Amino acid sequence: MSKGSITAEPPVAAAPPPSGPVGRGRHLTGALFLGPAFFLLAVWMVYPAVYTIIRSFFGRTGYLGTFVGGANYERLFTTATLVRAIENNAIWVAVVPALVTAIGLIFAVLTERVSWAVAFKTAVFLPMAISAFATGVTWRILYQQDPDIGAINALGRSVASVVSSPGVLHTALPSTPSLQTRNGAVVLKTPVQPDHSVLLGLTGIPPQDVPSGAKQAVRPSARAGAIDGVVWRDFKPGGGKPGVVEQGEDGLPGVTVQLKDASGKTRTATSGADGSFSFDNLPAGTYHASIGANTFAKPFNGYGWLGPKLITPSLLIAYIWIWAGFAMVVIGAGLAAMPRDVLEAARTDGATEWQTFRRVTVPLLAPVLSVVFITMIINVLKVFDLVISLAPESTQANANVIALAMWRTAFGGLNDFGTGSAIAVFLFVLVIPVLALNIRRFKREV
Amino acid sequence: MKNRAVRGVALAMLALPLALLAAGCGGSSNKSSGGNTTATTGGSSGSSVKGTVTFDGIWTGAEAQSFAKVIAAFNKQYPNVTIKYKPVGNNVPTVLATAIAGGHPPDMADIAQPGLVKQLAQQGKLKPITYAKSTIAANFAPVWQQLGTVDGTLYALVFKAANKSLLWYNVPAFQQAGVTAPKTWDNLLKDAQTLKQSGTPAYSIGGADGWTLTDLFENIYLRTYGQQKYQQLSAHQIKWTDPSVTNALTMMGKILGDTGNLAGGTSGAIQNGFNDSVTNAFSTPPKGAMVFEGDFVAGVILSSTKSKPNTGFNATPFPAVKPGPNANAVEIGGDLFVTFRDTPAIEAFVKFLATGPAAEAWARLGGFGTGNKNVPASIYPDAITRATEAPIGKATAVVFDMSDEQPSSFGSTTGQGEWGIFQDFLRTPSDVNGIAQKLEKAAAAAYKSGK
Repeated sequence: MSKGSITAEPPVAAAPPPSGPVGRGRHLTGALFLGPAFFLLAVWMVYPAVYTIIRSFFGRTGYLGTFVGGANYERLFTTATLVRAIENNAIWVAVVPALVTAIGLIFAVLTERVSWAVAFKTAVFLPMAISAFATGVTWRILYQQDPDIGAINALGRSVASVVSSPGVLHTALPSTPSLQTRNGAVVLKTPVQPDHSVLLGLTGIPPQDVPSGAKQAVRPSARAGAIDGVVWRDFKPGGGKPGVVEQGEDGLPGVTVQLKDASGKTRTATSGADGSFSFDNLPAGTYHASIGANTFAKPFNGYGWLGPKLITPSLLIAYIWIWAGFAMVVIGAGLAAMPRDVLEAARTDGATEWQTFRRVTVPLLAPVLSVVFITMIINVLKVFDLVISLAPESTQANANVIALAMWRTAFGGLNDFGTGSAIAVFLFVLVIPVLALNIRRFKREV
Repeated sequence: MKNRAVRGVALAMLALPLALLAAGCGGSSNKSSGGNTTATTGGSSGSSVKGTVTFDGIWTGAEAQSFAKVIAAFNKQYPNVTIKYKPVGNNVPTVLATAIAGGHPPDMADIAQPGLVKQLAQQGKLKPITYAKSTIAANFAPVWQQLGTVDGTLYALVFKAANKSLLWYNVPAFQQAGVTAPKTWDNLLKDAQTLKQSGTPAYSIGGADGWTLTDLFENIYLRTYGQQKYQQLSAHQIKWTDPSVTNALTMMGKILGDTGNLAGGTSGAIQNGFNDSVTNAFSTPPKGAMVFEGDFVAGVILSSTKSKPNTGFNATPFPAVKPGPNANAVEIGGDLFVTFRDTPAIEAFVKFLATGPAAEAWARLGGFGTGNKNVPASIYPDAITRATEAPIGKATAVVFDMSDEQPSSFGSTTGQGEWGIFQDFLRTPSDVNGIAQKLEKAAAAAYKSGK
């Protein structure tokens, strides 16, 4: 944050040289003012940093423990979860700074042109005002797989229900091996002939899913030239006898039963309140009875955003959501400070809007863009709070990043301060070149 | 912009000695009056014993008040002994460590970690309570003395125990399926199929919290192979590739592998934490019919669902795997009472705590289980508490939670060691041998590098 504001403000002018002779009193005053800051810096920054570096060459526990040389660093690159953390951090660095800068640039340029820019900017910047931990908790709820809880999967369900609605008996299963599930449909294995009856027993249906108006199922009787049957919930408390219509077992009304003859022609019938259905006036031959796949179509169960495969992309999305506003504001400030006459000149010379953007705006904004980019690299290397609050414990190993690995190793139960310190030092080493780059650029600008 | 991660570690490193210093100062002043309980009533056989006993315990709030009732019962017999109870909260190990280092431990303390008791005993910080042996033997099954014994000497009395070998079930879901609480493992598997046919998945698993899975494994292992093998496995004297482990994993796989019978399927089971697994099983309509976990499930049901005791939810002992002494074996979380000094007053208090009246004073208030076999089940205030706590006193085989006795990097670290590997097992329940090998590898590494 502080870096962004530096580019937006003019450098502070150097104080005029003191007119009188420099007395001892001035030195003392200076020392008094600097003293507390220096003391705090030494206690909270210098000492811990030096201690951490030394500690990283010693064993698990104790103030120092036993000297182990480079073993902690070796472990850092050979332990699967730690290697995973380094890989994940590489993905973060590859994806987030570029996307945040690009999205921030797009937002900044677009908000220059809309009339409700302030409202839009506020909305985009708002995530910055929320603590990353709270953001993580919120997104974790949004990402929940159960569409009844997770808003994103709830949206998915509404879309999915337009395409195909779930079957009325989506939990149902065949009750006996004489029925089998084939391509989502429940099929009677052996063909049936007229003068016989068909028993289509289903289980796994919760009482609240039984269609209203269901009545006691009726055992069909054989009828000449017809195939009669029953579709019923083949279950009563205790289980009952599978494949037998018993007292206390309800029919399933409104189920479409299909009957296919040898030529491939399909007849359909719908079951009544007692689950019975009938096909009349059937020519002799063999028929195949089934209940269509529509009846059993599974509802949309949501994507596993928090599962092992999608957890890192889910985290990246939430993180970009947080930081896009920051990028937009900083780039917007740079845009406001840009000389308008150059843009005017380009347009007068016949450049299209795209050419102006590509050839004039972006090159002029390059210093600001690089500030955003470098700040984001540093932020992303250190990312911790979002990961620990958003990723469920069961996928934290899949979502691991270096800072989280450091915490989990040193404090999260392993209590291995040696390896934890080594990870911290490794992270520090990664950040140093980026910091050096930034400092050099500051100096050049001043 | 300094690296925040480096600073985090460094800060904690720096804060540690400061905290120790602060705790050390606080620990030595046992005279603080907050929460102390003093003797009042008088006149009986124990009036010749005089003195003061300082006691550092975990319990605060309502639990501290319940323990005050135990002290009051003690003072009826020993009016001239003052028990000064100091509620320390969950920091007991830290407070004790600093108090011992400062040379002023309390007279007695309540420790929930068997590993810490063992450590303190081996360091010679604890006093044996051999004098209480006959009282304990008269009131407890022999196993309870073993639980308090380190290297052959009795150091601790397990005063309070929480039952972790329980099965919680949704009563309406069981009624609709026409099944009753399963008494045996075979019945459990059979009833689970009936539940599935009735339309309610049988098992609600909180796999996002790895400890729910290890607890399930520990119960299966304990009920199948008994206390001795369980303790050998806890101490890594048996390898995790042992046939007993793979057999127990295979049994567990019959539950985890019955994917259509898990609330939310495998992905639901791995994403739901312990709390979710409870609310899923006891909301209406239920998404699952039963939860395997300890007596603390009741609190979650009552605070997060509308389910009512007996009509909505109930508890039953974890199903017996084999007939015999292991059929009613119980895994507990225990409060171990240890002594740092030896005076007549302390001896009198320890002996009293091992008797029926001590346990009954708290048991009738609820939230308390005891291995004291002379405490009648009727003393518990309600049917659910009776169902969860009475089995503790009846059990002949009792063990602590395995993770309390293992190095924490193996037994109790999020996403790693046992917890992480059992989550892998939930994802691939057929890979019994692969999981056993992973467990053995992680256990060997953890035991090698020490606690």
